[in-house]
Amino acid sequence: MLHFLMRRVLIALPTIILISIFVFALQKLLPGDPLLVLAGEERDPEVLEFLREKYRLNDPIPVQYLAWIGNALQGDLGTSLRSNQPVTELMAEKLPVTIQLAVMSMIFALVIGIPAGILSAVKKGTVTDYVANVVALSGLSIPNFWLGIMLILLVSVKWQLLPASGYVPLSEDFWQSLRTMVMPAFVLGTALAATLMRHTRSAMLGVLSADYVRTARAKGLSERVVILKHSFRNALTPIVTLTALLFGELIAGAVLTEQIFTIPGFGKLVVDAVFNRDYAVVQGIVLVTAVGFIFMNLLADMMYFVLNPRLRGQ
Amino acid sequence: MKHVKTAIITAVMGATALSAAPGFAKDLRIALQSDADVLDPDQSRTFVGRIVYASLCDKLVDITPDLEIIPQLATSWETSSDGTQVTMQLREGVVFHDGAPFNAEAVAANIERSQTLDESRRKSELKSITATEVTGEHEIVLTLAGPDATLIAQLADRAGMMVSPTAAAAAGADFGLNPVCSGPFAFEERVAQDKIVLKKFDDYWNAGAIHFDSVTFLPIPDTTVRLANLQSGDIDMLERLAATDLAQAEADQNIVVDSAVSLGYQGITFNIDNGEKGDNPWGNDKRLRQALSYAIDREALNQVVFEGAFAPGNQAFPPTSPWYNKDLPLQSRDVEKAKGLLAEAGFEGGIDLEVQVPNTTVPLQVMQVVQAMAAEAGINISLTSKEFATLLADQSAGDYTASQIGWSGRVDPDGNNHQFVTTGGGINDSKFSDPKMDELMNAARVAPSTEERKALYDEAKVIMLDELPRLFLYHQNWIWAYNSKMKGYTPYPDGMIRLENVTWEE
Repeated sequence: MLHFLMRRVLIALPTIILISIFVFALQKLLPGDPLLVLAGEERDPEVLEFLREKYRLNDPIPVQYLAWIGNALQGDLGTSLRSNQPVTELMAEKLPVTIQLAVMSMIFALVIGIPAGILSAVKKGTVTDYVANVVALSGLSIPNFWLGIMLILLVSVKWQLLPASGYVPLSEDFWQSLRTMVMPAFVLGTALAATLMRHTRSAMLGVLSADYVRTARAKGLSERVVILKHSFRNALTPIVTLTALLFGELIAGAVLTEQIFTIPGFGKLVVDAVFNRDYAVVQGIVLVTAVGFIFMNLLADMMYFVLNPRLRGQ
Repeated sequence: MKHVKTAIITAVMGATALSAAPGFAKDLRIALQSDADVLDPDQSRTFVGRIVYASLCDKLVDITPDLEIIPQLATSWETSSDGTQVTMQLREGVVFHDGAPFNAEAVAANIERSQTLDESRRKSELKSITATEVTGEHEIVLTLAGPDATLIAQLADRAGMMVSPTAAAAAGADFGLNPVCSGPFAFEERVAQDKIVLKKFDDYWNAGAIHFDSVTFLPIPDTTVRLANLQSGDIDMLERLAATDLAQAEADQNIVVDSAVSLGYQGITFNIDNGEKGDNPWGNDKRLRQALSYAIDREALNQVVFEGAFAPGNQAFPPTSPWYNKDLPLQSRDVEKAKGLLAEAGFEGGIDLEVQVPNTTVPLQVMQVVQAMAAEAGINISLTSKEFATLLADQSAGDYTASQIGWSGRVDPDGNNHQFVTTGGGINDSKFSDPKMDELMNAARVAPSTEERKALYDEAKVIMLDELPRLFLYHQNWIWAYNSKMKGYTPYPDGMIRLENVTWEE
């Protein structure tokens, strides 16, 4: 297993380097001069020139890249062009927010998606299956921003049950933190639940028609044991992969949802940074999320070992 | 079970009673349209940043809602007869948030910082000051390169904000991470894209006028969500309510809506002589620009896009401004005249015009209405929507024919005009050049009295409306919506939120 892990990490390295080059180059191709916005409405030429020097924008792009990656390796991702805050500090502020949102969304997604998927597979072709499918399709089709605004209007404005937006850290006020996160997590979670439900259903359908399931039934095992222990466990592998990938996506930022609920997470950070051409912030975030994504994949691979005893021997 | 219920009811009632008690410590929550940039008055450039400063940093002078300059940290000022020296008396007993005293030395240090800090965006605003001399603990003399009628108005904004010299010297360009000023509230914490928290400053010189314990600014970009937050009570006030949400907000009994016409404008800037693209019919022939102006019904534009909430305009100042030239009123739409001008210029069969527009909702809606109106006069407008940074870069480089763009506005009329229309002006992206205009604009900068300046601007406006390097469309209204428990709020045309004498009544 260790050998396997080492190999995966080594494969991941060139990917990360390529991503960093790509992001750096793409940003420079973006039209528009960040400094024209940064220099203020008056655009004083003297200030413009100073800023160009300060952020090394006069250097050739490969030189800029090497300087950046050199600093990044020492843990310095530069400072935000807009707020002067160090990028690492900005991200350290956002990471707990995004992780909390991702975890809560994932809980919603798993709690809704997996049981619904199992149910509709087991009751294939019945009304239950159709209802579950329609609900799942709606979950996929309803745009997050619409659902978000509707929830705010109903739950916050009309019924005044939950705060409309904002964020309170868990450490500051545990319950208030959960209350502010419930709606955005639900909005994100339902969309993911729909994907999970569809995959669980097809994985379960494949397993349910396998011989060993028929054997299990023939042995006289209860339906409950057949479905949960024999079938579901074997259907889990693709679901775990999917969950890990979805989780990676969540970390990369739930852009629209964060925007609607004004949650200061990665998504909002990156959108604002792109619009302000805040190069250092965009590069930092992409680098960190790329690493996060690769890490989640690695985690999924490890989960296979736990779930599938046949792999452990290899 | 019953006991539990009673206990909950008692607790809730207790909490309500507590909040109704007199002198309840109210923390005010204000939603901004976007997140502020760096919180250093010398480096800052965003409008929302200035809203935060209105509570955080006092200025040498302030304005009234009618744009008169009034004392703030400077109690009086006098300009020498030749206009090259300004002697200021400063307020006594003022301290910065770190306890450092405010005095003439501090003012001198602030001016030096604004002029010499590499990152400073205030250099051009204070360019006319060549030297400062501390002539007493609370008296300072500013020596100017020449008469400068615009200087005092500059000191009513960021250039006149006083930061603690000790804190500024220690932090250098990183001052914005922990700003120290002398305003009614002191900096407490900032979480980027989440909130900026300011706490009441007990040693504020005018502390009696401040009735909130803290003020929190929350960036909430979506207008619908901003209003929903106000309706649910999660925030107490919001700035820039969308004109389309006005009816909904006004119908809500718990919400008060206030507005003020802004100091700025929105319009269409033409490329007159900026690079190769300046050599085009629209840049070469003012009759075409005049035709477009006649083709537009500015009042209808205001009704259609802004439900009548904004102010239609034809000059760099709104009709409500003391600087507005009343002899040049808003012309009404005249399609025949527009067609006649096109024919005179040799385009009887119609003409095309490409206008670049920022890719956000309001500018696009505005230009679509203009597009429809212009079509009736035979002007076929095509819209190229661009993300703002790109639009600005293309405009600055001369890679455009016409550009829908605006200006946030300045207290002094010079700020809305000089740099746009004088030869070599810093943001003269039209590259418009006219010797008479240069003469008038430069004279207005140094003219000693308001009347003389007004006469010069009035004359310049005749040329501007004839030449139309900038075609003005409308003036935005700042619209605030706030909880009806908030009392005593005064709207200002600069869009700032001043919390002096604002109270909260449960």
